[in-house]
Amino acid sequence: MAPNRRYSAGDRAVIAVGLGLAVALELALIWGPALASVALSGTDWDGIERPRWIGGGNYADLAAEYPPFWPAVRNNLLWLGFLALIAAPFGLLCAVLLDRRLRLSRVYQNALYLPVVLSLAVVGFIAQLVFSADYGVLNAVTGLTTDWLGDSSINLWVVMPAAGWRHTGYVMIIYLAGLKSVDPALKEAAAIDGAGEGQTFFKVVFPALRPVNVIVLVITVIEALRAFDIVYAINKGRNGLELLSVLVTENIVGEAARIGFGSAIAVILLVISTGFIVVYLSQIFREDR
Amino acid sequence: MKRAALHAFLGLVALGWVLPLALAVYASLRPYAETARLGYFSPPESLTLDYYARAWTEAELPKYYLNTLIVVLPALALTLLLASFTAFAVAKLPIPGRRTLLIVFTAGNLLPPQVLITPLYSLYTLVPLPWWLSDSMSLYDSYLGLILIHVAFQFGFCVFVMANFMRTIPIEITEAALVDGAGVWRRYWRLTLPLCRPVLAALGTLQFTWMYNDFLWALVLMTSGDKLPITSALNNLRGQFFTDHNLLAAGSLLVALPTLVVFQLLHKHFVAGLTLGSAKG
Amino acid sequence: MGQPMITRRGALLGAAAFCVPAAPAGCGGPPGGSGAGTVTVGSNASDAVPKKALQQVVDGFGGATVRIDTVDHNTFQENINRYLRGTPDDVFTWFSGYRMRFFAEQGLATDVSDVWRRIGGDYTPALKAASSAADGRQYFVPFTYYPWAVFYRKSVWADRDYRPPKTLDELTALAGRMKRDGLIPIGFADKDGWPAMGTFDILNMRLNGYDFHISLMSGKESWTDRRVKAVFDTWRGLLTHHQPAALGRTWQEAAQSLARGQTGMYLLGMFVAQQFPPRELDDLDLFTFPEINPKYGTDAIDAPIDGYMISAKARNVEGAKALLEHLAAASSQNIATELDPGTLACSAKADTRGYTPLQQRGADLVSGARHIAQFLDRDTRPDFASTVMIPALQRFIGRPDDIDALLRDIEAQKTNIFR
Repeated sequence: MAPNRRYSAGDRAVIAVGLGLAVALELALIWGPALASVALSGTDWDGIERPRWIGGGNYADLAAEYPPFWPAVRNNLLWLGFLALIAAPFGLLCAVLLDRRLRLSRVYQNALYLPVVLSLAVVGFIAQLVFSADYGVLNAVTGLTTDWLGDSSINLWVVMPAAGWRHTGYVMIIYLAGLKSVDPALKEAAAIDGAGEGQTFFKVVFPALRPVNVIVLVITVIEALRAFDIVYAINKGRNGLELLSVLVTENIVGEAARIGFGSAIAVILLVISTGFIVVYLSQIFREDR
Repeated sequence: MKRAALHAFLGLVALGWVLPLALAVYASLRPYAETARLGYFSPPESLTLDYYARAWTEAELPKYYLNTLIVVLPALALTLLLASFTAFAVAKLPIPGRRTLLIVFTAGNLLPPQVLITPLYSLYTLVPLPWWLSDSMSLYDSYLGLILIHVAFQFGFCVFVMANFMRTIPIEITEAALVDGAGVWRRYWRLTLPLCRPVLAALGTLQFTWMYNDFLWALVLMTSGDKLPITSALNNLRGQFFTDHNLLAAGSLLVALPTLVVFQLLHKHFVAGLTLGSAKG
Repeated sequence: MGQPMITRRGALLGAAAFCVPAAPAGCGGPPGGSGAGTVTVGSNASDAVPKKALQQVVDGFGGATVRIDTVDHNTFQENINRYLRGTPDDVFTWFSGYRMRFFAEQGLATDVSDVWRRIGGDYTPALKAASSAADGRQYFVPFTYYPWAVFYRKSVWADRDYRPPKTLDELTALAGRMKRDGLIPIGFADKDGWPAMGTFDILNMRLNGYDFHISLMSGKESWTDRRVKAVFDTWRGLLTHHQPAALGRTWQEAAQSLARGQTGMYLLGMFVAQQFPPRELDDLDLFTFPEINPKYGTDAIDAPIDGYMISAKARNVEGAKALLEHLAAASSQNIATELDPGTLACSAKADTRGYTPLQQRGADLVSGARHIAQFLDRDTRPDFASTVMIPALQRFIGRPDDIDALLRDIEAQKTNIFR
């Protein structure tokens, strides 16, 4: 890292304005409201009347009497596992395969990126086209009569691949950009040493991708914890597809305003995600020292 | 032989990725009465582009495309600018507390947006704006409000990604500039940013897609129907009860087009030859 | 709240000063834009047919210039709380029943009792009651409504000589016959969560009567009551005749199998007609859900009413009231019922000669019912309906044998919400 040097007055102004703006925006629009939500989670506010302080009441109700809560926690964790262990590595695999000079590479990349651009409305419709018990393609082709989306014991396992379908596209893009920053000389050197393709990848390329791996991991965690739109488009995240973010939305955003209660769920989500990120990032930076 | 296997694999994967979408395209070309009678998985009796024309006019797509662009383009530019400078400062300048800053920014992006909604709404209604900036006279129901939240919310993620990329830039480049006595701004704008083209392009693509497809912020922070973004225009194609899904599919595909265009435009920048390795040489 | 209002007013004054030299229209948007002659309408009629209907109705209004602000149906509903507290339009579309009362009691709606003194003669007492809040004043003007009933295809039934059942036993017997004839007896879909509410409502009203139903909806009865249990027990008995795998099916898919003649009958709102091609509409008929408890017969049905309210922050109250009066006129409502054959006009003066046969049958059904319920999600708190009842009914459909535990869960959550 560069040694500590004096900044000129101009430099100081540039840094102060740039960082000052960033910090101000972040505090005013992100952390301020987030902390306000923590405060709201101790009330029974319905969005209209005066909030009444009820302490930990919402949390107690949540754990004890809100049936979708524990399934949602479980589903979020499964979601994280699926994206991290299956979808993200698959995105990496595709990026590595597509990184070489290959005819049609562009076509493949486009195909993989397609699901990323689709809006919620069409994703829900596609799910119905493929998985509908009566008219879906899957049952028509296989001759089964399975209720893929309605049977709460299997629908999560249908929807997670659908989420992976989109996640792979994100991951592939990030890795494609990342692979470009790997020094080709490294690969050549390894090849000269007689390393096979697989060896070169795991010994040379993958370690060199470390900053990108961190990014992908963070994206994956974000996506898993914030997962919302696919289940919402399919059945509003009910009946086996409960996720924490959907429960927050249902209680806060909609006409049903249980803002205090919804905020309590949000705070739990907040604790899980910041807990993860703080622990993880501190560790990374420590290693970097 | 190996090439053939590779193509077979990638071709199969690509097919798996495109096929579900192709089903939607196919449905959008058939009248609802026909698919209702025969099912979606059936040979066509008639294929028509009528639904695309209807979606274009019934959902008033041109108006909503414009609304979305008014929000997304400035938000995207601001986000990338602010985030790349912050990332530069955090990754390249010895500033006290920069690790904490980075953690605060990154963690901010991890917050589920639903956590922020209620307080943000209250905040926005309390901030007055002059009428030439917002016809609602407040940050609530204004384009500026939407732009700001997009910037603030996506900013953390961009800082995190860019800071990670900038770390991989060899220190010699900026060191050499230091010897030359280049100022902070010059080191950022002229020396570091050009090397970040691939990551800027990749982030630009993703951020454009995210901001473009957002509906949550607009849902909460907007109220005038004629200022809502394009995601809401799609909802205009849904009835209170009955929805012609074939029409909705046609509309969704039209709405997805700009994101695909952006992907095509920026694509060559993040996969083209520009590499940090060669830049070093 | 007070302090920010002052700054806000300061901002408004500033704007007014800016606006004076320019044409008033140039200062568009609230609050500058709505001068004395303008009424703004917040509408959720975003899809083609209702949008056209509202536009036509408004075009016939001479009292003031009307500016319609259309927001898609889904967004409008999700946003209603923030909308009414923020910068709402003068008039807005909404629903009668608990959801109207809720906002009236929060002081977010304007009393329109004086409008009712002028239009009252055109409406039945039931409709007036559905437009009144607990304080006895009216806050709502009904526009159109749609009844819930059991729908079937006449041609399918004529082929096999089926007759509409009058009692639960007849219904069960008919369902058994249909099954033997290779039909799915009762169409069913609950992927979206709300259609099953219609089944719950009608079973509860047939078994326990309208008064108990409304009392249960307002949180005054216990869900572990044996009367509620009886509803689910009866439902469980009928479930074997319902279309299986309902939780993965949308109502449109269930209606499709009715249209194709694969399903014998289907309990739904009259909007089911929208799923039928116009030339097949004449083949669609309906009957009311049969009697279960002779004490109540078939005296109650669900028939949700859509209409208009005036927001508490309305700037042009006089213009808004004049517009409401115009919307209450039979001629206005007939425009809507002509464009959308799934709805009926609320006004008793409405011209029913233009009705389709199905609309006629629907109107007869409603006039024969002594009590009109507004559907579960309009008769109770929205948070209770969406966060408790939808998951609970879906759980019941998935695992119908777990009734006692289910009802205990509902009761526990109800206690938290209705405190």
